[in-house]
Amino acid sequence: MYAWIAALINGILVGLVYGLAAIGLNLIWGVMKVINLSHGAFIALGMFCAYFIFHFAGINPFLAVILILIVGLILGMISYFIVLHRVLDAPELSTLLSTYSLSLIIIGLGTFIFTTNPRAIDIGLGSIGIGNIYIPITKILTGLFSILFTIVLYVFLYKTWTGKAIRAVSLNRAAAEFMGVNSTFILSLSFGIGVGLAMVAGCLIAAIFPFTILSGAVYELKSFVICVLGGLGSPIGALVGGLILGLLENICALKIPVGYIPFIEFVILVIILLVKPTGLITKR
Amino acid sequence: MKRGVFVWFFLCCFFLSFGFTKKVLAKDKIIVGFTVSQTGKLNAESKEQYNGLSLWKSYVNKQGGIYVKELQKKLPVEFKYYDDESSKERVQQLYVRLITQDGADFLISPYSSGLTASSSIIAEQYEKIMLAIGSASDSIFTKGYTHIFQIYTPASRYLTGSLDLLKAYDPKAKKIAIVFEQSNFAKDVCTAAKDYAVKHGFNVVLFESYDPGTTDFTSILNKVAKKKPDAVIGGGHFSDGETFAKQIFEQKIRVKLVSLLVAPAVPKFAEIGKSALYVTAPSQWEPKAKFSEETAKKLGVPWYGVSGDWFVKNYSKLYGETPGYHAAAGFVAGLVLQKAIEDAGSLKSSKVKKALEAMDLMTFYGRITFDKGDYYGRQLGHDMVYLQWQNCDGKLVKEVVWPEVAKSANFIYPYYKKFK
Repeated sequence: MYAWIAALINGILVGLVYGLAAIGLNLIWGVMKVINLSHGAFIALGMFCAYFIFHFAGINPFLAVILILIVGLILGMISYFIVLHRVLDAPELSTLLSTYSLSLIIIGLGTFIFTTNPRAIDIGLGSIGIGNIYIPITKILTGLFSILFTIVLYVFLYKTWTGKAIRAVSLNRAAAEFMGVNSTFILSLSFGIGVGLAMVAGCLIAAIFPFTILSGAVYELKSFVICVLGGLGSPIGALVGGLILGLLENICALKIPVGYIPFIEFVILVIILLVKPTGLITKR
Repeated sequence: MKRGVFVWFFLCCFFLSFGFTKKVLAKDKIIVGFTVSQTGKLNAESKEQYNGLSLWKSYVNKQGGIYVKELQKKLPVEFKYYDDESSKERVQQLYVRLITQDGADFLISPYSSGLTASSSIIAEQYEKIMLAIGSASDSIFTKGYTHIFQIYTPASRYLTGSLDLLKAYDPKAKKIAIVFEQSNFAKDVCTAAKDYAVKHGFNVVLFESYDPGTTDFTSILNKVAKKKPDAVIGGGHFSDGETFAKQIFEQKIRVKLVSLLVAPAVPKFAEIGKSALYVTAPSQWEPKAKFSEETAKKLGVPWYGVSGDWFVKNYSKLYGETPGYHAAAGFVAGLVLQKAIEDAGSLKSSKVKKALEAMDLMTFYGRITFDKGDYYGRQLGHDMVYLQWQNCDGKLVKEVVWPEVAKSANFIYPYYKKFK
């Protein structure tokens, strides 16, 4: 019984992290119609930012998230103008290739500078015990931060003028421009927010799991599955998709070998694509 | 017409003589070819291996090189190497290039069993001697190759010592959970450990693999907790092993022994703090391992090369960090090649091969002798040491705890003692 409860709690906590990792990708995909293949590389950059801030300034990742979000936002906006702006209206393959090139540059430079040596951040906050179940406090905090960021993004997108402008550009760019929206700025801001969230996710993941410069790839792949599960353009959808994936991984693993789980995940992905391609939580 | 023939004739003579001269000039040095994973996922271990090899090169060249009896002179060693990008495909292309274009006299394998398996095919095709470092897989030596010689203790003997250690300290501990990375190396090690466990009366309650790149082990650990084993053994490479150890501690899994591959043997493992405490691991070599001229005398085998202290001191001075076993194996591969060339008195593969077959010596890294039977070239002489992370004046240190003859500290048992 304890094993089932532990699997359920962990599934929720890990699912929230997966959800946060996917939100940035989801936003860029939904608003800009760009499949950002540099998403994993930015997650890895977030991990390294957290690592160096922790080791050189002594600031733990949960306090560094705001700083990393700002760094990510600026980096994302700069990347947009260098990598995406000119090819945004070109066929989809062009944006795919340009973001892939960006990923190769980041990973290549990262490997050269940081090597592929694994790194870890040991904050040492301990675990909370409920009977025989022990849950690391860092994991609980990461889950809470994921919920917080999702709510903030939701409020930003649905309650602020800029957020509404982002949604307007995602629905009809030309119409939004007619209404006085500066679509270039909005698109660069969307990419910046997407990258910022990817780096925040990296920062929080670094607090719970060791990582290398190549670690972002795992979360990038999961993010694609989550985006399809939850639906595009919706932060809540990404979080729900993440929760489904997290619970699936943890609960199924009690009964079947863990090696089979990626197979189950991708079978579900194919079923969703066939039955409800807009995702479980469809954007209104 | 006649003039044209003359021109062609002289041109041919010129190029032939140029090629001949180049070949003669090549005898002024021994070219050792290999690839390094300067990029890609194997970069960290491969770089350390390369550092060990480089230290050997400067050590041997400071002595004027390797004495080759046939040529009546010492030849310096020159390296020719490329970045294999941690890719099997690149390895094959580059080893062909090393042999056919760069004129490598001898080869050193890339890091990892997977890449070594790829380069072995090329070395064997061109009949070039290749010393396999960073490769513990047994399966490479079941293919009938006759030019590949292994430096590491093979995978089949990697984790068996952990079970011996458990048996020696707690004969009542019988339940074992084996959890490992889905890779050639880890699979070989853990399958052999499972067979050994069953043969020696242990009950394997869980035998499960996980995908390479796994970062969340909670689901597997829930399963482990459900089975209530006495020991958890397995792992794969550094990243997953470090994460696994961290999560065992965070979830407070009450086991008596945790023994993982690769990760705990790397000094950076201490980065995870208390999670590292009392974790044990097999290691090919440790700076505290006591292999010396006296050990060689006791075993009745000749001693060769430098002392462990010399290696640690010079490596630390040059690279600013304590060497791990990847670096030690790199240095020893150079020593083994050096000794084989000296014994053979020649650079011919066939003669060096015979010298390697006859080799039985002791180095700071341990004993070296090769299988001449069904598993031709597989390492026979070298044995693993087992280390444990312990607390020394508030600092985490690695101590050798098994086998008894090599130990530097007593084994602290059980693992869950640290939860109190």
